[in-house]
Amino acid sequence: MSTWIAACQTDDIDPEDVIPFQHEGVGYAIYRSPEDDFYATAGHCTHERMLLCDGLVMDNTIECPKHNGRFDYTTGRADGAPVLVDLPTYPVRVEDGTVFIGIG
Amino acid sequence: MVVVGAGECGTRAAFELREAGWNGPITLVGAEHSRPYERPPLSKYVLTGSEGNVEPPALYEDGALRDAGIEYVAAATVTGVDREGHEAVLADGRRIPYERLLLATGASARRLPVAGIEAGGVHYLRSRADAIVLRDRLRPGARIGVIGAGFIGLEVAAAAAARGCAVTVIEAAPRPMSRAVPAAIATAVADRHRQAGVDLRCGLAMERLTRQDGALLLELGAPREAPGPAVQRLPHRRGWSGPAAEPHTYTVPRPSEALPLAFDTVVAGVGAVPETALAEKAGLAIDNGVRVDDRLITSDPDIFAAGDCCSFPHPLYGGRRIRLEAWRNAQDQGRAVARNMLGDGRPFAAVPWFWSDQFDLTLQIAGLPDAAAREVVRDRPDGVTIRFGLGDDGRLLYAAAVGTGNAVAKDISLAEILIARRAVPDPAPLTDPAVPLKTLLRQAPS
Ligand SMILES: Cc1cc2nc3c(=O)[nH]c(=O)nc-3n(C[C@H](O)[C@H](O)[C@H](O)COP(=O)(O)OP(=O)(O)OC[C@H]3O[C@@H](n4cnc5c(N)ncnc54)[C@H](O)[C@@H]3O)c2cc1C
Ligand code: FES
Repeated sequence: MSTWIAACQTDDIDPEDVIPFQHEGVGYAIYRSPEDDFYATAGHCTHERMLLCDGLVMDNTIECPKHNGRFDYTTGRADGAPVLVDLPTYPVRVEDGTVFIGIG
Repeated sequence: MVVVGAGECGTRAAFELREAGWNGPITLVGAEHSRPYERPPLSKYVLTGSEGNVEPPALYEDGALRDAGIEYVAAATVTGVDREGHEAVLADGRRIPYERLLLATGASARRLPVAGIEAGGVHYLRSRADAIVLRDRLRPGARIGVIGAGFIGLEVAAAAAARGCAVTVIEAAPRPMSRAVPAAIATAVADRHRQAGVDLRCGLAMERLTRQDGALLLELGAPREAPGPAVQRLPHRRGWSGPAAEPHTYTVPRPSEALPLAFDTVVAGVGAVPETALAEKAGLAIDNGVRVDDRLITSDPDIFAAGDCCSFPHPLYGGRRIRLEAWRNAQDQGRAVARNMLGDGRPFAAVPWFWSDQFDLTLQIAGLPDAAAREVVRDRPDGVTIRFGLGDDGRLLYAAAVGTGNAVAKDISLAEILIARRAVPDPAPLTDPAVPLKTLLRQAPS
C-alpha cells in the first residue's frame, strides 16, 4: 500500500526538467517529461549518491551531474557504467495541478 | 577475445563484448591484485575519507563476471604477444590464444627527472596500492611537498590540506594546469588552494632532492622567466585532459637563492606515460601511445588498443591525433572498441569530457581546450562563468567551467551535445544567461 504525498504543483517543474523533493529525511527527484507526464525516482544517484536534480534531463533520460551516469527516469533503468544499479522509482498521480508520489 | 589490462577501459570492454553478442570465451588479464576498481577516487575520498569509506568502487557488481562468463586472470602480466600464432604470453609462461586482442594497458605515473631522486621517499599515485601508502602519510601537521600542479597534484594537495597537512605545491610552468584548462579557470582554482592555505608556487624548477635527518630537502630554481645558462627538456604535463603534449623546453634557472624546502613526504604528479612496452615488443606502431586508427585498430588488424594507452585521430578535431587520459574516454572507448572487435567498424568520435574535484570545487571540460581560436563567456547570475571555445569557422570546440558542487554540470552536458553535433552557435544567445542553452540545441540538427 502506497501513501500518497503531495510533492509539488505541476507548474513547479519545466517540461523536460527535474526538481528535488524531500519527505521525512528522504530525497526524491520529480520529473516532467517533454510530453508533460510526471515521474518520480530516488533523489540520489546509485553510483556515488550525488543529487540527481542538478543533472540534465533529455527526453526520458536523467544524466547524473557528477560522472554523467544515465538513467531512464520512467523505469529507473541504469544505462551502464558508471551507473550499474537501477534507480528506485515511485508511482505518480496528478490531481488538480498537484503532483502526488506514492511511497512506502 | 583477450583483453590486456583490467582498468576502466579493459573491464568495460570485456563486459561490452558479451553485451554486444559475443558467445565465445572472453579473458581479462590484469597486473593488479585487487578486483578492478575506479581510479579517480584515489586522489579524492580515498585520501580524505574516514576509515571505512576509503575503498574505490569496484567496476562491476558481485557475481557480474560469472554471469557474463568472463574469465578474469588477476595479478598476471602479459609480457609478449605472438602475433603469428595469435597467442598472448603471460609472465609465468601461460599462453592464451586469441582471435582478437585488446591492449588496454593504461598509463603509469611519470617519474621525476630530478637529481637525487634516488634518495627515495618520493610517492606517485596511480594505483589503489599507491593511494593506501600515501593516505597513511597525510597526517595532520605533516609537511607535504607536491611536485606538479596538474590535476592529480592539485587533487592530492587539496586532500592533504583537508587532512590538516602543511602543503606546498611546486610547479615549473607559470600557472597550474597549464594549457589543459583555460587560464581563468586555472586562476580560480589556484585562488581556492591559496585560500585553503596551500603554498602554491609556480614558475619554479626543482634542482635537487636530498635526504637529511628523515626529511626530504628540495632545492628549487629561480622563476622560469629568469634567463638561464642551459636548456633542459622536461616532459610537459597535461593531466588527464587533452592530447598529451610534446616535450616542453624551458630554461634551467641560475643556481637558486632560495633555501631548500623540507618535507616529510614528497608526492610527484608530473603526468603519466602510456604503457606501450608490450605493444613495442610486439612490433606495433607507436606514436605517443599505441597508434590506432579511428576504429581503434593498431597496425595489426587483429589487435586493438583503447583508453589511456592509445593515440587516435579525432574526427571532431580535423582528424588530429590525440591521446586522452580521461576516465570517460576510457569507458567510451572500452565500449566502442568491443563492438569494433566484433566487426562493427564505426569510427570513434565521442566528445572528450573530464572533471576534477578540488576542495568544494568541481571543474568540468567538454571538448579540447587548446583547439579553439577564441573564447566567449556566459556569466550566470549565480556567479558561475561558462567558457566556450569557438573555432575559426565559429564551431563550438570546447566548454569549460568551475563551480561549487554540481553547478556547472548541466551547461557542460548541453555544450557536449552541441560539440558532438558540430554546432555553430550564434555567440549572442551563447553568452546571454537569460537564454537557456537547451534552446540552442533546437537550432543544431543532430
Ligand atoms: C589518481 C587518479 C585520479 C584520476 N582522476 C580523474 C578524474 O577526476 N577525472 C578523469 O576524467 N580522469 C581521472 N583519472 C584518469 C582515469 O582514471 C584514467 O583515464 C583511466 O583510469 C584510464 O583507464 P585505462 O583502463 O585506459 O587505464 P588504467 O586505468 O591505467 O588501467 C590499465 C590497467 O592495465 C594494467 N596493465 C598494464 N599493462 C599490463 C600488462 N602487460 N598485463 C596485464 N595488465 C597490465 C595496469 O596494471 C592497469 O590496472 C585519474 C587517474 C588517477 C591515477
Ligand atoms: S555519482 Fe552519479 S554517476 Fe557518479
